[in-house]
Amino acid sequence: MKMILTGNESAAWGARLSRPKVVAAYPITPQTSIIETIASFIANGEMDARYIRVESEHSAMAACIAAQNTGVRTFTATSAHGLALMHEMLIWASGARLPIVMSVVNRAMAPPWSVWTDQLDTMAQRDTGWIQIYTENNQEVIDSIIMSYKIGEKHNILLPSMVIEDAFILSHTSEGVDIPEQEKVDEFLGEYDPAFKLDPDEPAGFGSLIMPEGPYMEFRYKMALAMEDARKETGEVVKEFNEIFGRNYSPFVEEYRTEDADAVMVVLGTIGSTAKDVVDNMRGEGYKVGVARVRYFRPFPVEEIRNIARKTNMLGVADRSYSFGPGANLYAETKSSLYGFTDIPVKNYVMGLGGRDITPKILEKVFKDMLLISKKGVVDKEVEWVGLQGDERWS
Amino acid sequence: MHRLTIPEEEYMLSGHTACLGCGATIAMRYVLKALGKRTILSIPACCWAVIPGVYPHRNLEVPLLYTAFEVTGAAISGIREALDVMGKEDVNVVGFAGDGGTADIGLQALSAAAERGHNVFYIMYDNEAYMNTGIQRSGSTPMGAWTTTTPGGKKRMYKWEPKKSVAEIMVAHNIPYVATATIAYPEDMISKLRRAKEMKGPKFIQILSPCPTGWRYPPDKTVEVSRLAVQTNVFPLYEVVNGKYRITIKPKNPKPVKDYLMMQGRFRHLTEEEIARIQKHIDENWKALLKKERCSQED
Ligand SMILES: Cc1ncc(C[n+]2csc(CCOP(=O)(O)OP(=O)(O)O)c2C)c(N)n1
Ligand SMILES: [Mg+2]
Repeated sequence: MKMILTGNESAAWGARLSRPKVVAAYPITPQTSIIETIASFIANGEMDARYIRVESEHSAMAACIAAQNTGVRTFTATSAHGLALMHEMLIWASGARLPIVMSVVNRAMAPPWSVWTDQLDTMAQRDTGWIQIYTENNQEVIDSIIMSYKIGEKHNILLPSMVIEDAFILSHTSEGVDIPEQEKVDEFLGEYDPAFKLDPDEPAGFGSLIMPEGPYMEFRYKMALAMEDARKETGEVVKEFNEIFGRNYSPFVEEYRTEDADAVMVVLGTIGSTAKDVVDNMRGEGYKVGVARVRYFRPFPVEEIRNIARKTNMLGVADRSYSFGPGANLYAETKSSLYGFTDIPVKNYVMGLGGRDITPKILEKVFKDMLLISKKGVVDKEVEWVGLQGDERWS
Repeated sequence: MHRLTIPEEEYMLSGHTACLGCGATIAMRYVLKALGKRTILSIPACCWAVIPGVYPHRNLEVPLLYTAFEVTGAAISGIREALDVMGKEDVNVVGFAGDGGTADIGLQALSAAAERGHNVFYIMYDNEAYMNTGIQRSGSTPMGAWTTTTPGGKKRMYKWEPKKSVAEIMVAHNIPYVATATIAYPEDMISKLRRAKEMKGPKFIQILSPCPTGWRYPPDKTVEVSRLAVQTNVFPLYEVVNGKYRITIKPKNPKPVKDYLMMQGRFRHLTEEEIARIQKHIDENWKALLKKERCSQED
């Protein structure tokens, strides 16, 4: 079935098709229409779930944790300040090994108040033990939610997932989406089979005090192994999904015209579609450029990044957030993946913070800067802020 | 022949890690006796996060979800909804939290859970300070008390503000059942828990649980301190059923508050004037409670 849906409606559909039994949620722009759409699905009997209208995102995550630990699939959604407020419980969810799935709509953090897209909110949660997938279009939103349940619920993984979309560019923009058939999704996901649960017939305690010589460190090591298993199994799940639902996702990084490219731009989320368009135009003019759109930021696609680096002479990393001190996160991860494998130049382009528009014109100038560096073989400046007010170079 | 009013079954085993004379431990024992085996507990950061024992040991024979400090209201909501959706409506869901986790950091989540009307129990075991972290003042610390963050000093910086009444806050949520209890009156406590069990919706019970370590009295005096709190009207025992107040234990000749205060090192610094001020405060509270009982019973 084809429908015209916004990114947020797609997220709600992804949840609906996955049949969570408890949804706990709290409104925040630009996420709100996800939980409103789910409320109307439930109110109309189109979705069979308990809906807990909590008083905060902190409680939303706490309620999902408790419900999932009781033995049911759960879902929630948030953005920016809501995600930051959840921080304590995000670590709790992964540490408790509960495969909760959450939609996150990237939004800038205040001050100053801004509701537009910016990836600091999710970047600041990258060490919480959640699988993080950044999406580029509404189809990918709906499909990724379904796949996230499948991956997270495997008993060797048991990790929660954030399915991330850019504010407004996806959340409030409509496009044609193919809605997977419910029967096929049911078959693909199967019944939720919890690895453990709160049960008076088999009383167990979850999360008790542990001493340094107790297995705290071993629990964390097992999470590290689970994240590695997620890396392995994601490939299988994506392949299976592609076959059943007629898609062609590449699991970790979507490469676009990277073969023979002199320079490749590494991006997350919707910068990808603009960049691909620019690549087509520039290729027409003889510039050999390509795009690597990173889908999973956790687990980070280290091997895939190395493979791309083998094919090209320069990587430009576009970040829509900044980490004060080292430079932005996608850049830092890209560089650390490459250390010791290649010495091609890598440059960080920081852009689009607080929702500032990233136009084809800007990206074309960035690509040309990248090509120059590719020719010279050295980076002039490791971190470049692109599109600051009054800076004419990029406009 | 005596009729056994306190169930024989034990769901709290020996081998807990609490301090000698811990009132909160006695409170848990009775709560589980009253509610039985088909109970799921949720416990936030507090002394009771430590008392069941260090992993892999656990002295409770019911399922237990440890959670973060401020989330008990949300956690029991999540457990309840998940159980109901699985058709396990018979299982009791119990949040068991300290006064700090209830009156302070967890008040928001508790208020929201109560307002939403989930079918849950919330037990506030009230030891009148943050004991897990070493006796710091909470909103439930009583007037005049010493704690490590109200240490007195040259400026007599004690806790001079009155104790926050969480029970009254819960009454204002229009939930079916609110009660106070204390460990020196186990039959009163158990009958309240049983009454609550008959009701659907949020049930809130505040259990005064004396703490020898924090209140500075010898560990063998826990029950005595608990009893005196009632007999001096410092901690009245009552229940509010669908808005109707009933005082369950009415001391015939209330003892002076001074008797209660002077048993405990945390009050030993108080002057006669200060004690008189506290006595007045307690008398006013008691009168107000009598009025609430009278007014709410009138129809
Ligand atoms: C967010 C957060 N802040 C602070 C703490 C530290 N902390 C743990 S228990 C506790 C005090 C608990 O007091 P109360 O709820 O009265 O229970 P008690 O320890 O007295 O039994 C504090 C402050 C924490 N665990 N989490
Ligand atoms: Mg306390």
